[in-house]
Amino acid sequence: MLAVRDLRVSFRTEQGLMQAIDGVSFDVAEGEILGVVGESGSGKTVSLLAVMGLINDPNAVIEGSIKFRGRELVGLSPAEMRKLRGREIAMIFQDPMTALTPVYTIGWQIAEQIMAHEKVGKAQARQRAIDLLAEVNIPNPSEAVDRYPHQLSGGMRQRAVIAMALSCNPVLLVADEPTTALDVTVQAQILDLVRKLQRNYKSAVVFITHDMGVIAEIADRVMVMYGGRIVERGTKRDLFLDPQHPYTRALLDSIPPLEGKRPKRLRSIPGSPPSLLDRPTGCSFGPRCPQRFEPCAAKPELVGATNAAACFLVKAS
Amino acid sequence: MLLALLQRLGQMLFVMLGISILVFLIFFATPGADPASRIAGRGASPEILEAVRKSFGLDQPFYVQYFVMMKKIFITGDLTSFVNRGWKVVPAVLDTIPVTLSLVIGAAVLWVIFGLLIGLVAAATRGSWLDKLLMILGLIGISMPVYWLGEVMNLITQSRFHDTWMFSWVPPLGYKNLTDDPKGWFLTLIIPWITLSILYIGLYGRVLRASLIEAMQEDYIRTARAKGLSETRILLRHALRTSLISFVTLFGLDFGALVGGSALLTEVVFNLQGVGKLTYDALQNLDLPIIMTTVIYASFFVVMANALVDVVYILLDPRVRTA
Repeated sequence: MLAVRDLRVSFRTEQGLMQAIDGVSFDVAEGEILGVVGESGSGKTVSLLAVMGLINDPNAVIEGSIKFRGRELVGLSPAEMRKLRGREIAMIFQDPMTALTPVYTIGWQIAEQIMAHEKVGKAQARQRAIDLLAEVNIPNPSEAVDRYPHQLSGGMRQRAVIAMALSCNPVLLVADEPTTALDVTVQAQILDLVRKLQRNYKSAVVFITHDMGVIAEIADRVMVMYGGRIVERGTKRDLFLDPQHPYTRALLDSIPPLEGKRPKRLRSIPGSPPSLLDRPTGCSFGPRCPQRFEPCAAKPELVGATNAAACFLVKAS
Repeated sequence: MLLALLQRLGQMLFVMLGISILVFLIFFATPGADPASRIAGRGASPEILEAVRKSFGLDQPFYVQYFVMMKKIFITGDLTSFVNRGWKVVPAVLDTIPVTLSLVIGAAVLWVIFGLLIGLVAAATRGSWLDKLLMILGLIGISMPVYWLGEVMNLITQSRFHDTWMFSWVPPLGYKNLTDDPKGWFLTLIIPWITLSILYIGLYGRVLRASLIEAMQEDYIRTARAKGLSETRILLRHALRTSLISFVTLFGLDFGALVGGSALLTEVVFNLQGVGKLTYDALQNLDLPIIMTTVIYASFFVVMANALVDVVYILLDPRVRTA
């Protein structure tokens, strides 16, 4: 349904061209949940913002191809893009505290989106907003519809944001770290909600996070990003049981084990992610990789049968 | 709601009381401020000074003087001028109010409309030549002193180009009553309105642009974009609504101050007998009863304008309502 090919996003800065995304390709199938995982600055959000057409920095350069249901999105006119956004592709953002306009009721904001895309009356849009709020388990939805964002807790706001994203029944839902700003108990509820809604609405979901635990909970397939590139992708099972890329292994090692002996210290990855202004010419993880050897000076391609990894240690089969 | 309103009213009275006492003390009770010697003139003999004190009631204790003055302003309304004895001050001030209100309200309408327009257009076309042009024009508007601009306007419309088709409609300087001659009222005030509002148009346009651009960086604007709303709608319904708060704050302060007499320069240049002009003339010959009355009047409007701003806040921002 969504096919991204060789997507490159760069920003013109005073220090030269900053390449945030360096040739990313991935697909999202109907109704699946794709988890995108990576550190801050790995390009996971930027690549999905590019899909949404939400990078409106005049200094941004977007190249490559993004095909959504056979339609090319790169270079699509803003007006055409607007018709897709909110109706066929919807997005949930990280911080529910700031994602809603503070001066309007949540019901008004949901109805606004419905009326932007469909020819429905005010009363009808409002009724649908109430139904949606009920669907995301907001207690007493007919009253909550007239509440302002500041009158709701973080979890409730995130539910309202999700209700808004689902209001036009999108085929693709992009969730950008929707649980990061929430309490752990609320996180679990939101994850359950996303999964339930994904089943009911049959939307595909791209779930961006930096939390491997969340990925394990929700994703069908996983894509690991590092330094603006995909370093490994595969099904969740393969990726967790048999990680191919040293970075993925290192990420999994940094999760505390539930069973067995408790480690004295959790393993962390030495060093920090590369600056996007001068990325190493070869493998971008090279400088931090414990298994670095000569071929790493060149840029690795994604290879592998089950889960593909961009690493020279992986034998193409 | 009613309780909040009463509370507001109480605050207003308290502020006005404070201001009136302060002004009274400044003019009557600061060391060296002896109204009697000013009235009697330079080199007056002690006997004359004593007679003046008695005649103007300045020989009584300060609190008595204060209460007598307040009584004459608010209850009997027969406070008379120190300079033209027998000239009733309260009616004189009341006569100037319609002039000042006409001038300031008209100018406020202009500056709100054009300030909004310029701010919105500049923010929407940020970085373009239009934005730059508007901001430069705004800066020029802010930089032109109103007394100079007014004189230039007069020069153009009353003298140099008065006989051409462009400005032959401009009536001679002075104020015409709205009730007697609505057309004359409107025509005489057009040029003063423009003159007074230019500064504020520039200021408000620039302030609004800055706060719109700041609002456009907010997360909720990104959400609005993700909803597929048009840029116009995002700007008008989502960014403007939150940016209006700083605009309204500024408006309350400026409007109150102008009605309270800050439009003095415009009033003088265009020969409008407004509150500012009256205060100015009273200050020239230290006519204390007039100064007291206009200051109390001005403080009333400043406090009123602020109360009004608070009400508008409540309408604009639901977060204030619950607080």
